Amino acid sequence: MKCGVVVFPGSNCDHDAYHVLKHVLEQDVTFLWHQDESLQGCDLVVLPGGFSYGDYLRAGAMAALSPVMAAVKRHAEAGGLVLGICNGFQVLLEAGLLPGAMRRNASLRFQCKDVHLRVERTDLPYTHTLRAGQVLRMPIAHAEGNYEDAPEKLDALEAAGRVVFRYCTPEGEVTPEANPNGAARGIAGICNAGGNVLGLMPHPERCSEPILGNTDGLALFAGVVAAAGAMR
Amino acid sequence: MKARVTVYPRREILDPQGKAIRDALSRVGFAGVDDVRAGKSFEISLGTEDAAEAESTLRQMCEKLLANTVVEDYAVELIRP
Repeated sequence: MKCGVVVFPGSNCDHDAYHVLKHVLEQDVTFLWHQDESLQGCDLVVLPGGFSYGDYLRAGAMAALSPVMAAVKRHAEAGGLVLGICNGFQVLLEAGLLPGAMRRNASLRFQCKDVHLRVERTDLPYTHTLRAGQVLRMPIAHAEGNYEDAPEKLDALEAAGRVVFRYCTPEGEVTPEANPNGAARGIAGICNAGGNVLGLMPHPERCSEPILGNTDGLALFAGVVAAAGAMR
Repeated sequence: MKARVTVYPRREILDPQGKAIRDALSRVGFAGVDDVRAGKSFEISLGTEDAAEAESTLRQMCEKLLANTVVEDYAVELIRP
């Protein structure tokens, strides 16, 4: 099982994701440069957080057109695992691998704090070790996490069970107060129809070790690493 | 040929930046501002002098990169020399 972490100019959570996969989970990991046209045989590709291309034009818009994304699209369409975190989620939206778009946070503020997430789906490679309705605590750090799509598309997304995480209270209740950015229907993370592509705004790589005071993000990485091993 | 492309948040979508700017305008004394939409403007020079071709190319640019049509509308305006 081999993992790849894509590095765009301006990525800044690439080493964190690499560290969790390499040193916490002891996996074979490589960095993939944005100009690479091959994924070097990686089973799992992580699009990390950061400010790819300085967020020029729109967050993720330039990165979505970089050479490596053509390879990521082929990988995703063939059922390969792709995890987009924060800016990586924005890149997946701009690349059309996941539906919808991000707008500025409703508060117009960069939000950097811990939030709670309710797990909505547990049959995915990423979430199979979690319980439905389980509440996770994870940090967010973004200015554009206000997820939006046309109402009928949101209905279809929900009906297909493709909302994977929602912002919630510590007790697991989805409320406007628990929503840090104004995202439609409290959506924090979604997957594609095949369940192999996941995007989420919170940062599981920042809460995957006891020394960080929170290990709620580790299950996501451990889950997908196990699933990728089984798929091989 | 030169062109101006403008990209704005779609009408039906709340524009938090526009709203904040409207509120700021009223704070500095401009009463009666009903609405502000905050968008982007691009000035683009093209090698062609064919208006139909230029417009078609600019629309493709908007669809592919300049606008995210999930949340934004765009307008294309050719500037005659």
